[in-house]
Amino acid sequence: MEASGIRGIDAALDVGRACCRNGSSLVPEPQAEGVQSPVPVLSTEADQVSVVIDVGRMPIRVNSTHPGFLGILRDRYTGFVSASGEPAIEFKVEIVEPLTDDPDADVEVAYSGRRWNILRGDFRAEWEPATRRGWIRQTASPYAIDSVLRIVHSLVLAKQGGFLLHSASAIRNGKAFLFMGVSGAGKTTISSLAPANVALLTDEISYVRPQNEQYIAFGTPFTGELAKVGVNVSAPIAAAYLLCKGPENRIDPVERGEAARALLANTLFFANDQELVQAVFDSALHFVEKVPVSKLTFVPDARVWEFIA
Amino acid sequence: MSSLYIARSPRVAARALDGEMMIMSGRDSTLFTLNETATILWQSADGVTPLERIVEERICGEFEVYPDEALHDAEVLARELAEYGILVVSQEPILQSTFPIGDSR
Repeated sequence: MEASGIRGIDAALDVGRACCRNGSSLVPEPQAEGVQSPVPVLSTEADQVSVVIDVGRMPIRVNSTHPGFLGILRDRYTGFVSASGEPAIEFKVEIVEPLTDDPDADVEVAYSGRRWNILRGDFRAEWEPATRRGWIRQTASPYAIDSVLRIVHSLVLAKQGGFLLHSASAIRNGKAFLFMGVSGAGKTTISSLAPANVALLTDEISYVRPQNEQYIAFGTPFTGELAKVGVNVSAPIAAAYLLCKGPENRIDPVERGEAARALLANTLFFANDQELVQAVFDSALHFVEKVPVSKLTFVPDARVWEFIA
Repeated sequence: MSSLYIARSPRVAARALDGEMMIMSGRDSTLFTLNETATILWQSADGVTPLERIVEERICGEFEVYPDEALHDAEVLARELAEYGILVVSQEPILQSTFPIGDSR
């Protein structure tokens, strides 16, 4: 009998900050000098004070009285701004000075009093699932709301059997493929090598949700080094790959235990919450039972895409 | 030596996948993979069966190992798993109702 029965202990979920810090301008756009209507028209007014950001077919309306900030959001989420009249969630954003001197502090996500409380150095937010409403106090930066959106999506997805995954993803021939890996594994490289008939969903954060006995990958605006917003489309996931750069292009099988560990290690999840941890754990194991996961070793040139079809 | 009792923590998510027991801590989301003997302890940890009997019936019957040595190793392992919050160890039988209840929705 072995002295210790624990074979491996790995930090499994990314509980740290998952906010990318590139790809968006910090400088507010000049405010448009619109003509004031003597009688406010509700629809026009709504357009002026809100933006609906639709990721994974879950529209989130962001209301703000800061028109420069809404302009930033329209630019930042190009392709994901929706005209949806009935959002799934609504946030009121108040632009404030930095809350602390440490914008790099870890994000804290906790459920209390029927609300999710989300706190980081550059923002504070509350969201009540029952009313589908919340507020955000943040600086006039897209990074803060980008983090709030990722956290809220991760919480909602956990309840739906889905997850956000630290991976690139793309659609080819109507099938979606995921490319998992830590920084440096090749997510950006394989994304930048994608041929013209590939729709890139993301080079950084994949959006995965079960639907009709399949797992569907959706495009996301959450970018990595490529700083290129994904295409807002979706498709059933045909395969997931653990990325590794090497001397030749090859695909090797992966045992499901290893696949589950890799998936959990790359899952973005922020809440210290027993119920949701259970849900994410179950989802990851179910995913590796449904979707083939392999190791993709690749030479960083375009020929690797000959293996992906 | 007094009897020890072990129980699975309710604050973890656990499942066997292709024979591997995978356990995720609800406390800090750490993922554990148990080997064969640890899996036997985990599966037998009902809170009311003494560890001595688990070792005698489930481990000594399965592996060629001296009972005293196996019990010592099992106690070390059980306490190690308890430190990680995935097992509860007590010198009294452990009832599920004695576990603390957390904030839930």
